[in-house]
Amino acid sequence: MAWQTINRNEPVFDADAPPVLSEAVREKIRSFFPRYDTKRAALLPALHVVQDTLGHVSWKAMAEIAEVLDIHPSDVFDTMSFYTHFWNHPKGEKTITACRSITCELLGGREVLDAIKKHLGIDEHETTPDGKYSLVTEECLAGCDHSPCMLINEKLHKRVRAADVPALLAAADNDKIDIPRSTLFDAPQESQRAGSGSADGKTDDQVGTNVAE
Amino acid sequence: MADYEPVLLRNVGVDGSRTLDVYRARGGYKAAEKVVKDMTADDVIDEVKRAGLRGRGGAGFPAGVKWGFLPKGRKRTLLCVNADESEPPTFCNRVLMEHDPHQVIEGIIIAGYATRAQIAYVYMRVEFHEQFHIMQNAIDEAYAAGLLGKNILGSGYDLEVYVHRGAGAYVCGEETGLIESIEGKRGYPRIKPPFPAVEGLFRMPTVVNNVETLANLPHIIERGADWFLGIGTPSSAGPKLFCVCGPVNRPGCYEAPMTITCEELIMGDAFGRGMTDNLPVKAVFPGGTSMGVITGDELQMKMDFDDPRNFGMLGLGTAAAVVVNNKTDIRAVLRNVARFYALESCGQCTQCREGTNWMYRIASRIEHGAGRIEDLDLIEEVAGRMGMMPGLSICGLPDGATFPIQGIVRKFRGELEEHIANQEPGKAEAVLSVLN
Ligand SMILES: Cc1cc2nc3c(=O)[nH]c(=O)nc-3n(C[C@H](O)[C@H](O)[C@H](O)COP(=O)(O)O)c2cc1C
Ligand code: SF4
Ligand code: FES
Repeated sequence: MAWQTINRNEPVFDADAPPVLSEAVREKIRSFFPRYDTKRAALLPALHVVQDTLGHVSWKAMAEIAEVLDIHPSDVFDTMSFYTHFWNHPKGEKTITACRSITCELLGGREVLDAIKKHLGIDEHETTPDGKYSLVTEECLAGCDHSPCMLINEKLHKRVRAADVPALLAAADNDKIDIPRSTLFDAPQESQRAGSGSADGKTDDQVGTNVAE
Repeated sequence: MADYEPVLLRNVGVDGSRTLDVYRARGGYKAAEKVVKDMTADDVIDEVKRAGLRGRGGAGFPAGVKWGFLPKGRKRTLLCVNADESEPPTFCNRVLMEHDPHQVIEGIIIAGYATRAQIAYVYMRVEFHEQFHIMQNAIDEAYAAGLLGKNILGSGYDLEVYVHRGAGAYVCGEETGLIESIEGKRGYPRIKPPFPAVEGLFRMPTVVNNVETLANLPHIIERGADWFLGIGTPSSAGPKLFCVCGPVNRPGCYEAPMTITCEELIMGDAFGRGMTDNLPVKAVFPGGTSMGVITGDELQMKMDFDDPRNFGMLGLGTAAAVVVNNKTDIRAVLRNVARFYALESCGQCTQCREGTNWMYRIASRIEHGAGRIEDLDLIEEVAGRMGMMPGLSICGLPDGATFPIQGIVRKFRGELEEHIANQEPGKAEAVLSVLN
């Protein structure tokens, strides 16, 4: 989605508050620079890393990203507001992304969405009061061979039935994927050197990837 | 078609198909090695041109010809791999990346070498989480094996491959929207010319190719252009992936020559295996929704680059078919499709922004039982006045809205008129006061 604005209200920007991006996060953002001709091109990676670190990208975080990338804060918001994936107010621990496109709708997607709304007591773009779940819809998730489908964080759930929704949402591990992950766009991890890209604990030098000299 | 031997999907279902070892054991990376060691860039371009490989991303433009547009004396080339796959109901790129990531990487190496690119960006939609991890891990593996990075396989050719994750915007699949998005901007498509081959990413000569297009390259190199031309027809040559989904017995991604008909894709034993509960087919969007719609009486349409035009379609598109059965209210389909384009229009062209949203409002009121008979002419008129084809917009998104929406209204006009005629009196006023 693009030009239509969704609710992005967020607490007023307090310029004097302490920085929200740690040096490790800044370093991780900078580790993307060698990949591109401009620093600005590291903006989407930066937004991914920051959202993974803080849960959302606040005004303050945007201003700090702008500082790292040497661009104006309004450029950060301009880009960020175009993409549905980024939140500038806090979201739940888990985000449900339900598909609303044609194949899923033909196979019961509307009923699944209604069941989620009813079960959680929230509407689209809302978060449950306990901060556990946020709900959004997206267009086709390219999983139409398994319609109706939805994501819970990274995990794609296939052939979901409205009746399965309560059990699915109650399962603690419903957002876990069971393949080796790459942490390239994740928050920097304590044990890892910033910018390391591999899930198996290898550093960049060992796998020879990600960051060119 | 029963004896067709899959090529692009040959590793799907094989144990460990994601790993370099298995890929290599099954003949992988031989083509890339041959290219970087024994062929010149022009040799590769000539072979791909001779094969007539047409882009699989939707437009069907010949890949070799596109590469040929790169300026002769250029200093740098950038390659962008279009893994944004957001056209409903398309998922064949996902299948390729999920099951056989090294085939895609091998294609990237070959395209990179042919275009003399030293960096390839794989622009992948963010909703591809598992696929991102799979691709990134495969890329890491390829680097470790000397297949990517500096001096690939000792050939002197360098190629860095970086995955760039999108963030939820269909229009970033449009090649110049994709470029803007990599540059850290809104995914606003650019006015062309200049075409990316001349001035693209970071204003450098740039090639954008779809994942499936690239997956064909190792096979063209290994088996030769003549083998490729021996599959399908001269203008629709080579293996092709088809998606079929909706209320069919076996939804999935299947490989076939482009001589297959829509009917065979839905009904064939090797494909969709017929409709769930044997319900009749009411409509099919056979090329992704953007290409338009055919009725259950038009299933003889061939899934190639030419025949769809004979059925009022824009083209083959992504060759992904969603089937609608006779239990479905066509009004709901109209509204769902119209909403997609309304919400995904990037908004920079007035005709597209207003037109797609106007059509969505009309479709909504028709679905809610508040249609007006003149709405059908109106929606057709709006659809005809906003696209790139009549020169009113920057990119092809609104044309992709025109074809399905006009198609539905033209081909299912009788049903829509009947619904409107049978609306509850007074409902229109009530609904319109909420919708408008
Ligand atoms: C609105 C719009 C969305 C598009 N989305 C995609 C996409 O998701 N994936 C893709 O490969 N091509 C997409 N395309 C087509 C690309 O612009 C481009 O033609 C294609 O990536 C070129 O690759 P190919 O020549 O290998 O097919 C889209 C085009 C338009 C107008
Ligand atoms: S035609 Fe539509 S989607 Fe394409 S650039 Fe214009 S407003 Fe954006
Ligand atoms: S329509 Fe839901 S995944 Fe494609």
